[in-house]
Amino acid sequence: MDDRDRQIVELIPRLRRYARALTRNADQADDLVQDCLERAWGRLHLWRRGSNMRAWLFTIMHHVHINTRRRSQGRPDRDSMPDWEVAAGVQPIQEQISEFRGIIAALHRLPEEQKTILLLIGLEGLTYREAAEVLGVPIGTVMSRLARGRERLRQMTEEGGSLAVKMSS
Amino acid sequence: MTPGPEAMLDDELNAYIDGQLDGVHRAAFEARIAVDPVLARAVAAYTKQNMAFHAVFDPVLREPVPAALRRRPRLRRREMLRLAAAAAVFLAIGIGVGWRIGHGDTASSLSLAGWPERAAIAHTTFAADLRHPVEVAAPEEDHLVAWLSKRLGAPIKAPVLTGAGFQLMGGRLLPDAATPAAQFMYQDHAGRRVTLYVRIDRQPQPAAFRWAEAGKVVVCYWIDGGFGYALAGEMSRAVLMSVAHLVHQQIPG
Repeated sequence: MDDRDRQIVELIPRLRRYARALTRNADQADDLVQDCLERAWGRLHLWRRGSNMRAWLFTIMHHVHINTRRRSQGRPDRDSMPDWEVAAGVQPIQEQISEFRGIIAALHRLPEEQKTILLLIGLEGLTYREAAEVLGVPIGTVMSRLARGRERLRQMTEEGGSLAVKMSS
Repeated sequence: MTPGPEAMLDDELNAYIDGQLDGVHRAAFEARIAVDPVLARAVAAYTKQNMAFHAVFDPVLREPVPAALRRRPRLRRREMLRLAAAAAVFLAIGIGVGWRIGHGDTASSLSLAGWPERAAIAHTTFAADLRHPVEVAAPEEDHLVAWLSKRLGAPIKAPVLTGAGFQLMGGRLLPDAATPAAQFMYQDHAGRRVTLYVRIDRQPQPAAFRWAEAGKVVVCYWIDGGFGYALAGEMSRAVLMSVAHLVHQQIPG
């Protein structure tokens, strides 16, 4: 294993987490990760040493995910796993469970582009610059999608919606 | 299209949530949150979204990675055997460590018992203090960080934990071993406090997250990049884990 292989292997848990959040289905998520890794290893010669491996892998995963979705359109939705099964190992405080479940369920009703940006930044901790690189859009687009997505998610999960900080539409 | 003042507020709000505001802007924004309940509610709601993501999906990070994913495709047979052997050793170590932690094995905890315990005691002592929880408060973060770095003899910084809903309150210097340790204290909107204990630890091998409990205080500790870290709080492991994860992400190297 050279240094690049090691970097990839170290990032696998992160890729799996992101894939699980995107698909909410463990098998589907690992299929996504496997496709992503095969492409990454097949194109490793294209990766520039010293550049951001994490952003590169998430970019590949983003493309694989989009293609998979395109192919599976028209098929029955496989997002059938109940949210909380995913987190069987966590045992957070009881009263938070239903609230978290509600947030995750609502997240998956957001437009795909908003869901993606909320997860890349809120879950994976990518910087705005990295997220822009992964999605191939300008930083301004990242920030406006993020603002719209967060506020929309909040309206969906808070009773009676929100009057809140007025968000530019 | 030029962004209006509202779009700029959105950007600042989100940058704050994501820990992408620098010290001066962050302090100014926090001053606004303090006097603007509408803004405070937005901060709380967005923070909770991120907490939900981490609570639900972070367990995936701790699942064993399926062997099929760890393998580079089309490996030669010899390499596959070597990988399998490495995986077996890794698994054996994992089981061993898991068993010891699970059973509170004294032999394995003795060597580490000292400083996580000091971190728990320091948490109990200072987090309960309403009027003097910190020695140097957050508005003087630059000074605090410079001072602690100087005393520890290595550059440290206060991680941004707003992603988990915790704001920096400040920090203090604590007695530890050959060099002193640093403690940073954070508080969320519900008034819950977590402290991060940072000490010099020159072990060549980083150590993964481990857990200890002292009364109601739960401690998550690990060693990385020449430092020992212990995060302490009176809260569930799930919440503490998501905070520990944020800290770990911001550690250089």
